[in-house]
Amino acid sequence: MSEVSTQKTTTTLSTSSETKKSFLNKIGYGFLYLILGAFAVIQIYPLIWLVFFSLKTNQEVFGQSPFSLPQDPQWINYTKAWTAGNIGLYFFNSVWITVLSVVLTILLASFVTFAVTRMHWKLSGLVLGLFLVAYMIPLHSTIIPLFNMFNNAGLIDHPASIVLSYTAFNLPLTIMILLGFYKTFPREIEEAAVMDGCSIHRIFFQITLPMTLPVLSTTAIINMIYNWNEFVFVNTFISSDKFKTLTVGINNFVGQYLTDWGAIGATLVISIIPVLLVFLFLSDKIVEGMAAGSVKG
Amino acid sequence: MKNVMSNKFVITLYTLPALLLILVLIYIPVTLSGYYGFMDWSGMGEMKFIGLENYATLIKDNMFWTSTWHSLQLAIFSTASLLLYLGISLVLASKIKGSDLLRKIYLIPMLLSSVAIAQLWMKIFDPSNGMLNKFLGFFGIENTPIWLADPNVALYAIFIPIIWQYAGFYILIYYAALKNVSDEVIEAAKIDGANAWQIAYKIKLPLISGVFKVTIMLAVVGSLKYFDLIYVMTGGGPNGASEVIASYMYKEAFKLNNFGYGSAIGFGLLVICLLMTWLTSKLTKSKDDDVQY
Repeated sequence: MSEVSTQKTTTTLSTSSETKKSFLNKIGYGFLYLILGAFAVIQIYPLIWLVFFSLKTNQEVFGQSPFSLPQDPQWINYTKAWTAGNIGLYFFNSVWITVLSVVLTILLASFVTFAVTRMHWKLSGLVLGLFLVAYMIPLHSTIIPLFNMFNNAGLIDHPASIVLSYTAFNLPLTIMILLGFYKTFPREIEEAAVMDGCSIHRIFFQITLPMTLPVLSTTAIINMIYNWNEFVFVNTFISSDKFKTLTVGINNFVGQYLTDWGAIGATLVISIIPVLLVFLFLSDKIVEGMAAGSVKG
Repeated sequence: MKNVMSNKFVITLYTLPALLLILVLIYIPVTLSGYYGFMDWSGMGEMKFIGLENYATLIKDNMFWTSTWHSLQLAIFSTASLLLYLGISLVLASKIKGSDLLRKIYLIPMLLSSVAIAQLWMKIFDPSNGMLNKFLGFFGIENTPIWLADPNVALYAIFIPIIWQYAGFYILIYYAALKNVSDEVIEAAKIDGANAWQIAYKIKLPLISGVFKVTIMLAVVGSLKYFDLIYVMTGGGPNGASEVIASYMYKEAFKLNNFGYGSAIGFGLLVICLLMTWLTSKLTKSKDDDVQY
């Protein structure tokens, strides 16, 4: 009987020292979660605040605490932004310019990467080097001569100037990301196709492009985000409203409606939503693309 | 087979379009920028060759050096903030539940355009209706700054959204690198009695030092190119207090129509970027740098 009781006490003793340790552990982890959580709030709260003030009236914005919730959501702010601010048109321009540039960039980059990694020629190293060095050149150092060139070519205030610039400036990064992928995937299938007498164009379009689809989607998303958010080229090359994209459009709109916080908030939310939607469904691809693009640079 | 894969016509067909694009839209313009620097030119009419005059002015131009100093300050702040990101990544990578979700939340600001970020933060900074000063008010801080309108504060204020924007991006990189550190090494250290702090400081950090150097480079070169955010938030003001090289160039060329002088500034930006790239790689270089990451 007494033996059993001593055994009991020892077990309770040991568990109590264990709980003490795990309790400290829990405090430690709790503290870490607190830091991480606070940081998450800092990252996300400004956007929530933006959505709130996009639904407020000016009386609410100027008369009440900025932390108050919108009392009666003013969806009219969104209608106002979409119609009065030309946002619909800018949105449409952003979509087609982004899509066209992304397709062009990916196709051209795939051609180059294929030629450099799969075909045999003396200057391949030099050509690849030209693309990689171009990544280092700041676009601001090119913008005045570019403006002059497009002006002489009659392409100022023409969407071609934007599509071409986006394509050229995104090629280096896209090629860098593709290069990593091409180097790891086996060339045996392509070589077998050559043996079977397959033409090189068929190899490229029917074997290589489908096989690189995973990395193509990654680069497509990264390119999409860059183009969608681009500002300097459009701001410099495009002057008429009918070709402006969202970034420049909202900037001009905000300049005109300085004090109408609700409408400004609504335009910003509209410009952010597409990227957030893409992120919601394809966040893994974005994470992958951003990591790949940076570490090579 | 050799024949098919070394067909000169196909090689030309596949590489020439892209090559022409980067030659015509990147390499030729950047060269021309240096050349236009020799010109007196208002952007539209005739160019007049004036020799080294623009460059001589540039060297003596206080505003140019002030904006360069502002760009360098941003580069220094950005590099310093990498330590904050690294700290958070270390915590995040230490077997925390939900780290995947947190990492994605941190990344969200990185997806937004600089224009949207600038417009949003102008509202946040708004001295009377913005949320930042109200928030500081909760802590009893009464002399809240007027942020973007104060010449002594503007540049630092602009840096806050920059930290906010890029945090997720760098955390993502560090997190990936830390996850690559093999568990065996860490287990071995634990068996040898290393505590969490020693594991982080003596094992994890040295193993990701290569990635850290890459991010320093990205932060430095990226900072020298900041434009959109500053252009929208302050336009370089008040009174040049937040002017950086790119915004100064843009103002000279597209606002004041000094395209020749603007080109000289643009060329100066290129030189400074290359110089800083070289300097940063020199400063972060160490003996074991032959390892490829």
